[in-house]
Order: sequence, then C-alpha cells, then structure tokens
Amino acid sequence: MQQLVFAIGTMIAGVLACAFYFFATNWLLDRIFPSKGLSGAKASQNLRTTNAIRPWLFMLPALLALSVYLVYPVFESVRLSLHDRTGQTFLGLGNFVWMLGDSEFRQSIFNNFLWLLVVPALSTFFGLVIAALTDRIWWGNIAKTLIFMPMAISFVGAAVIWKFVYDYRAEGSEQIGILNAIVTWFGGSPEAWITLPFWNNFFLMVILIWIQTGFAMVILSAALRGIPEETLEAAVIDGANGFQIFFKIMIPQIWGTIAVVWTTITILVLKVFDIVLAMTNGQWQTQVLANLMFDWMFRGGGDFGRGAAIAVVIMVLVVPIMIWNIRNAMRETGGH
Amino acid sequence: MPGATRSPLTFVVHLSVLLLVALWTLPTAGLLISSLRDKDQLAVSGWWTALSTSTQNVVFRAPSPETQTERDGKFVLSGNLLEGQQGEVSAFGFNSRDPAAFQPGQTAELNDGEKLTVKADGSFEIVSDTRMEGSRGQRIFYTAAVPPRFTLDNYREVLSAEGIGQSFINSLTVAIPATIIPILVAAFCAYALAWMKFPGRAILIAVVVGLLVVPLQMSLIPLLKLYNGVGAFFGVPAKTYVGIWLAHMGFGLPLAIYLLRNYMAGLPKEIMESARVDGASDFDIFVKIILPLSFPALASFAIFQFLWTWNDLLVAIVFLGTGNDELVLTGRLVNLLGSRGGNWEILTASAFITIIVPLVVFFALQRYLVRGLLAGSVKGG
Repeated sequence: MQQLVFAIGTMIAGVLACAFYFFATNWLLDRIFPSKGLSGAKASQNLRTTNAIRPWLFMLPALLALSVYLVYPVFESVRLSLHDRTGQTFLGLGNFVWMLGDSEFRQSIFNNFLWLLVVPALSTFFGLVIAALTDRIWWGNIAKTLIFMPMAISFVGAAVIWKFVYDYRAEGSEQIGILNAIVTWFGGSPEAWITLPFWNNFFLMVILIWIQTGFAMVILSAALRGIPEETLEAAVIDGANGFQIFFKIMIPQIWGTIAVVWTTITILVLKVFDIVLAMTNGQWQTQVLANLMFDWMFRGGGDFGRGAAIAVVIMVLVVPIMIWNIRNAMRETGGH
Repeated sequence: MPGATRSPLTFVVHLSVLLLVALWTLPTAGLLISSLRDKDQLAVSGWWTALSTSTQNVVFRAPSPETQTERDGKFVLSGNLLEGQQGEVSAFGFNSRDPAAFQPGQTAELNDGEKLTVKADGSFEIVSDTRMEGSRGQRIFYTAAVPPRFTLDNYREVLSAEGIGQSFINSLTVAIPATIIPILVAAFCAYALAWMKFPGRAILIAVVVGLLVVPLQMSLIPLLKLYNGVGAFFGVPAKTYVGIWLAHMGFGLPLAIYLLRNYMAGLPKEIMESARVDGASDFDIFVKIILPLSFPALASFAIFQFLWTWNDLLVAIVFLGTGNDELVLTGRLVNLLGSRGGNWEILTASAFITIIVPLVVFFALQRYLVRGLLAGSVKGG
C-alpha cells in the first residue's frame, strides 16, 4: 500500500514537473525575445526567433526519451552484436556465423517463419469473415465485443487459459482439458498437445490468433462500412450474389486496410515471446527468436553479443515493413 | 446490405457467428468457472460438468483408536466420511486394491475382526469385540456422488499464500504512473508536429512512424547495460520503479505521438487561426484549445498504454527483476506455471485476478479503444 502511495506521489510530481517545464521554458522564451510592446523590425525578428525555437522546446522531452530508449539502443545493439559476450572484444560477424551453425537458432528461424505464415493470415481471415458476418445480424455488436475481448488479456493470461484447454491426463482417467475431452468423446485417445514436436507450434499459434482476430475484425469492420453504398447497389442491380459482392466488390476496395492489418500482426508475431515462454519455454522444438534472445541475455550470466545479434536479426526482418509504413505515412501527411 | 439480410443464408450466418463466439469465449469461461470450483472437484472433472453431480474416489482415515467408546460391551468408533459436506456414498472398501468392494449399508469384516459399516449418508461405524489397538486410524476408501460446490477459497488462497496480492499492488504501481506520465510529454510533441512549422518536421514524423515498429528486443540489452552503469555510478539500485516507468514511457511514446498527432492534425484549422488573430500564442492555443479538444485521443492512448503496461511481462522482468517482492502479476503467473503446473485451482484463480483489471477497463472504455485502433494504430497491442 505504501508503495502505491509512493507511486501515485511520484506520478503527480512527474506530471507537475512536466507541466512546470513546459510553462517555464515558454515563459522564459517570451521574456528573452519579447515581441509584445516592441515595434517594427525588432518585434518581428523576435517573433521569428521564438517561432523557430518553440517547437523544439515542445518536443525536447519526447525527443530525449525517444533517443535514449529507442534510437540509441538500435545503434548500440548493432555495435554489441559485433562484439563478444562482454562487449569488449570485437568479433566482426562472428556472432552471425555462430548463429548459422546453431541448431537452436535454425529451429527458431524455422518456427518464426511458420508463425509468420500462419498467424497474420488466419487472424486477418477470421477477422474479415467475422466483420462481414456480424454486419448482417442484430446481435452483431455483442458478438464483436465478445470476440474483441481477448485483446485485453495478457499473453501470459491467455497462455494459462489455453494451457487449461490443452490439459492432458493419462488415457482412461477423466480429462479436464476440453480439447482432450472432445477428442476422447469422439473415441480418440488423449494427447499431450504442447509436447508434440512440430504440431505444438500450431497449438501455440492458436493463442495469438485468438487474441489478434478481434483487432483485425475491428479495423476491417470499419473498412467494410466505409465502402460506398453505390458500388454495392450497382452490383445488386447487376444481379451479383452475396459471395460475388463480397469477393469482387468489397475485398478489392479494402485491400489497403487488409495490408495494414496483416503487417501490424506480422510485426507482433516477430516479437512473440510471452506465449512461448509461458507455454513451453522453447522446449519440444517450439523455440522462437524473441525467446531465444531473452534466453541468451541471461544464459550463463548473459551473453550480450549473441543476444544483441539475435535482436538485430529480428530488426532486419522488421525493416521492410518499417520502410513501407514510412512511405505510406509520408504520402498521407504529404499534403499537410 | 438490404438484399443480403433476407437471404436464406441468414440462418447459416446466425449459426456460424454463434459458433465463432463460442470458440472465442469458452476458453475464458472455462477459466472463470474453474477458478470458482472446489479444488477436489476441479481436479477430477471438467469445468463443463461443474453444475452436475460429480463422482469422487476418496481415501478417508478414521480417527485413531484412542477415541473409541465402549457401548454394550463392544468398542465403537464412529463418524462421517463426508465430514459435514453433502453427498451420497455409493460404494466403499478398506483395501486400496478393491476400494469399491461393498455397497452402502453392508458390513465389511476388517482383517483383525473388526466390523465396518458405512451408510449412504456417509456415517460409519467400526465395531470391535475387543479394545482396538494402535495409534493410526483405519483407512476407508469410498466413492461418493457429490453435488456441485462453488467457493471463493481458491481466491483467498492465492491472494494470501501465493503472493498474488503483493503482485497485484506491484502491477498497479507499474501501470498507473507509466500510463499518466507520458501523456503530457507526448501531447506537446504531437502539437508541434501537427501545427507548428519548422524545418525537419517531415523527417521527424517519419522517424516516429519508423520507431513505432522497432522491436522491443533491440532496446533490452543496451538499456540493461545503461541502467546497470547508471546504478553503479550513482550507487543506487539498477532495478527501480522509476526505471521501469521511464522505460514504459520511452516505449509508449511513438504510439502516443503518432495517435495524438493524427488526431490534432484533423482538428479544424479555423479554430487555431482565429485564436492566433486574437493574439494567442502557440502555448495558449495548445493548453486552452487543443488539449481539451483532444480528450478522446488522450483517452484512447491512455487505455492502450494501461493495457500494455499491465499486460507486459518482458519489460517488467528485465527492468524490475524477478525477486519475490517486485514480481508483477504476469511474472508471478509465469512462475506459478512452473512451480504449480498441475494445481489448476491456483492457476485459474491467479490468472483470473491477472486478467480482471484489463477486462473491466476493456468493457468500460471499449469505445475509446476502438477509436484509438481506428486512428491508425500500427503497434497493435
């Protein structure tokens, strides 16, 4: 409790400090370069100076935080990836060469590609189908809320929820995991799903799909509603059926949004860590890059070189999407 | 789509949505129901049977012979197998090889001549002609049909004994300041990027968009080194709440700036121009006009940031540590998965405490969450 009071006290102090910073620097700027009360060239020159400085005062705290927490680490990680575990001895590409020969790393890359193939595709597909279906029924909004709900659940919480679904008891005893209960009800024999190499990857992916479908659904549902009525009416008049309208009229008009959803989930998949850590911690051939990186960060006292090298690999996989995002954003804000 | 609503496919649509909703909600429902069940029942039957009577096989140890009483020249030990709970005994036995050898009401002859009688309501009697010896009570095996039992015991246990209570407070300590502090910082920056003219603005916007997708993994090792260095230099601990608040602020800022900038850029230009004509400075315009108008976007970001910081595991275990006193809820849950892997009454109750706060936030403020997503979030959870 005491600690919570401390936290809220610090928070108020922090917010006040921020407010004070903005207020004080702004006041100081107007004092040093006054424009009111002066006349002519001096005033307009001062006005120009303040207008040039003020944006930077507004942005300074944010730019500082971004530099320390995101920009500097990117360069430092690249530097560390070229050094040994202590960060002192230069290894060149040694860590990356080690990687290629490491079976655990190859396993992780393979699994990450599986995740990249399956999770964004299925999340977007389910999101689109649910968005399209719930638009047609009166309780669609309730259905959407319930499917959107897992978005609020942590990956670890979701891992516990699904571990319970996959729970395994020896054959013959009563199954308390619903998946094995269904399997035995149909006469199959129960399996310890998350220990089945290769297929267990898919059981882990289900969790992320379960979480991300709501995200895809919300965005795509808005996109579907944004389609101009006239195009649909024209299609109906021309005698198109429901499926034709969906695939030939609606989908082509929301390609852009589908691409945004797909890439957003792709980035999330590259960073997936909590689910694997909580479900298997990389055992039974389910290792992925983010978990392997975390592992190397602390394994045997921590090998920062190898850890950073794995992080750089993740970063390299993200870069194409990053460039694509920046180009889209520039096009949108170009006019403003 | 007026044409589609009345198509014969409507029934199929209803049915498939129902199926999908069931798929998406049942796992969570199972967790909630299980967390409320009696732990003995939870261990032997699925949560979907929670409302039906369950059959349990139990071993009961009778009181030790010291408590025997003398009645009509015989020595008697009596009691009830169900110990005050409701239920019905359907079979019993005294040998682990044949635990259901006798029907209720029958009398079993024990190895040393004692006679054991168990009735359906669970009451039992051990009768012996001679004084019973020994200090350990007789083991009695029985099968009983027990009515469903719901209890808050699991919650009571995890809150006190498993450290979930402490972790709950830790999570709040991390999440509240980490949500509030970045808002003002981001809002000022967003205003500058949206409405102030200066060279390099386009590049800065591009940088923010780029930073949105930088994987957290890139930051971990350099920041860990930095924190250790700062801690050693000033002689303070490297893992503190201040450290994790600042880290969460840094990681949340790109999304905050991006969301708020998009929102502010969409506000009507005329408001600002008329204020400027009246002689208001940028600072006044921002504080008195833009900030109040941006409330929906601020709320959207606050919800994202709260969910993200509450649900985060990676930042917390790297920058706050894994000691017993500083574990947040997600970290505690991972630990319990390792140490209490089979104790579902503990895991389900802990997990539900972990997810209840975000769920409440979600249902109460869903409107803002959706608006935030639609404002073009590319971070996505």
